[in-house]
Amino acid sequence: MRDASPETPQATASPAIDAHGLVKRYGALEAVAGIDLEVPRGMIYAILGPNGAGKTTLMRLLATLARPDEGTAQVMGHDLATDPDGVRGSIAMTGQFASLDEDLTGRENLIFLARLWGFGRQAARQRADELFAAFELTEARNRQVKDYSGGMRRRLDIAASLIVTPGVLFLDEPTTGLDPTARLRVWKMIRQLAQSGVTVLLTTQYLEEADQLAERIAVIDRGAKIAEGTSRELKAATGSGFLHVTLSDPKRIDAAAELLEARLDSPVQRAPEGARLSVMAKTPEAANAAIAALVAEGLALEDFAMGSPSLEEVFFALTGGAPSAEPEDAESDAAAHTGTDGDAGSAGDARSDADSDLRTDTRSGSGTSSGSAPSSNLTSSANVDADTTPSPDSPQKART
Amino acid sequence: MTEITPATLRNTPRPPRPSALSNALTFGWRAVLKFRHVPEQLFDLIMTPLMFTLLFTFVFGGALAGSTGDYLQFFLPGILVQTVAFNAVYSGMGLSTDLGKGLFDRFRSLPIWPLSPFAGLIVGDMMRHLIAGAIILGIGLILGYRPEAGLPGVLGAFLLLLAVGFGIGWVFIVLGLVIRTPTTVMTLGFTVLFPVVFASNIMVEPETMPDWLRAFVDVNPISLMTTAMRGLMAGTASLAEIALALLAPAVLTAALAPLTLWLYRRK
Repeated sequence: MRDASPETPQATASPAIDAHGLVKRYGALEAVAGIDLEVPRGMIYAILGPNGAGKTTLMRLLATLARPDEGTAQVMGHDLATDPDGVRGSIAMTGQFASLDEDLTGRENLIFLARLWGFGRQAARQRADELFAAFELTEARNRQVKDYSGGMRRRLDIAASLIVTPGVLFLDEPTTGLDPTARLRVWKMIRQLAQSGVTVLLTTQYLEEADQLAERIAVIDRGAKIAEGTSRELKAATGSGFLHVTLSDPKRIDAAAELLEARLDSPVQRAPEGARLSVMAKTPEAANAAIAALVAEGLALEDFAMGSPSLEEVFFALTGGAPSAEPEDAESDAAAHTGTDGDAGSAGDARSDADSDLRTDTRSGSGTSSGSAPSSNLTSSANVDADTTPSPDSPQKART
Repeated sequence: MTEITPATLRNTPRPPRPSALSNALTFGWRAVLKFRHVPEQLFDLIMTPLMFTLLFTFVFGGALAGSTGDYLQFFLPGILVQTVAFNAVYSGMGLSTDLGKGLFDRFRSLPIWPLSPFAGLIVGDMMRHLIAGAIILGIGLILGYRPEAGLPGVLGAFLLLLAVGFGIGWVFIVLGLVIRTPTTVMTLGFTVLFPVVFASNIMVEPETMPDWLRAFVDVNPISLMTTAMRGLMAGTASLAEIALALLAPAVLTAALAPLTLWLYRRK
């Protein structure tokens, strides 16, 4: 019962979303390949994955826009298959592409939708104006939507989802294509919504976005959930940060990669341009020591930086492969290297265990399965959840 | 900075579920608004029939009917049918565009009568048909067209015209639902419509056509509609003519409205 976190008073109510074994096929392609999802009420939950991973399809299934080929789901207690209208009555969806009529003014769009919900003429106008005030769009309300900026359109689109307070708000890539300022505004808005009790399920390609907003994150790739947990748990699995170095002498890249791999005990990713290497570093101190070791070996650096892991790096750590791409030689090497550690014991007790757990994932994900089937991927990451949820601080403590 | 107070959200419970009619009227209201914001669409609607009217009347009219005046008298009721048929193509394009934009995803995730978006489309279509028809008729009157049955005839003819537009509209709603690219809807629409419109009695009496073509022209629903339009405007229409003209719209509606719903739900 890891969903029933003690701080949510609604823990006894049915979860906002409770899905089991959802499958959606498009011809031979399994866009969603058996996903379970449990989202407690009042939570911001992020689905993180690259383009084409099945995020949008999953969301469309839950919003009754597409029918699952297999599996069942309840949304706010309404069954997708038997009570789709009940589901529609308790959700709102803001799709990836603006779902507004560009020819109409912003205000007309909201009044139109409010009328569809059943508001009277006067009440619809009033509701539209309330939302315009809340979303700071009042000045633009009488302009046609086609004259709105991207950020304004997004806000209006989200406002359009709030005409009737939804139980669950679906946001499909809410900040894709927005400039940083507009993105911050949308983030703030989403947080405020969650504070008022709306469950938010959002998809994103940005680890940072999931990290900033979501209490729980599911990572999906090729239609399957490959990891789930809090942002902290995922980071424990992917390292606190990545060290990026650029060598002055590209010819010595192999020596540098070997040294980094030995020092930081993590697979090294090589940038295609040549002289650039990225490697997971558990602590800034370890990264520091690794740089010192490089310099001591006479491997001069043109540049180095420490950054939080990108989505690619999270995927690399979780699956041992780039998102939705076939494993390559370099990754198989990495898997062979880490494979010597053997299977992870009890995950999450101490950092080293969590790490070896991660490497189990890495190896089995890259296809060189020695003993652990790919499915154990999921199992082991689920173990991380289960063990750390009662005391979410443990990975953090272990790290320090 | 944006402040969404909890009150903004909590004070808005769901109102009682509106009726299907209310949903449909709301979509109709949207169509009216669209017309107000994009009056340019009128240009698309009337240019083709206007050119047809002028070219056929002045270029071919004398040769076909002895005088341009006589030809206009023959041609105008038919060009109204053509106008409505071509209008329906634009409506299908509009639907295809809307579907590509994600607007329909919002509609589909709302607890509303599923057919109401189409009811709205049809309301918009009807308005376009009326406006374009009135403009073409107005130009005809200026050029010398005279409906013998006067105002009642014109009103009757326009009612029939709306029924015709309603029926043909379903064809392009289905095409708009099935075809992803709006321009393909247009190309396909005109590819089908041009032969059907030309192989009818809109432009010429079918007497001089080869037998096989005449056999088609005589049962072409466009011909039946045109015959009834002429009859209504002239005050000579029989009930049988009107019934025959309404047959195709009735069949199209009966067959394609359920298909539309099925396609829409399946998507």
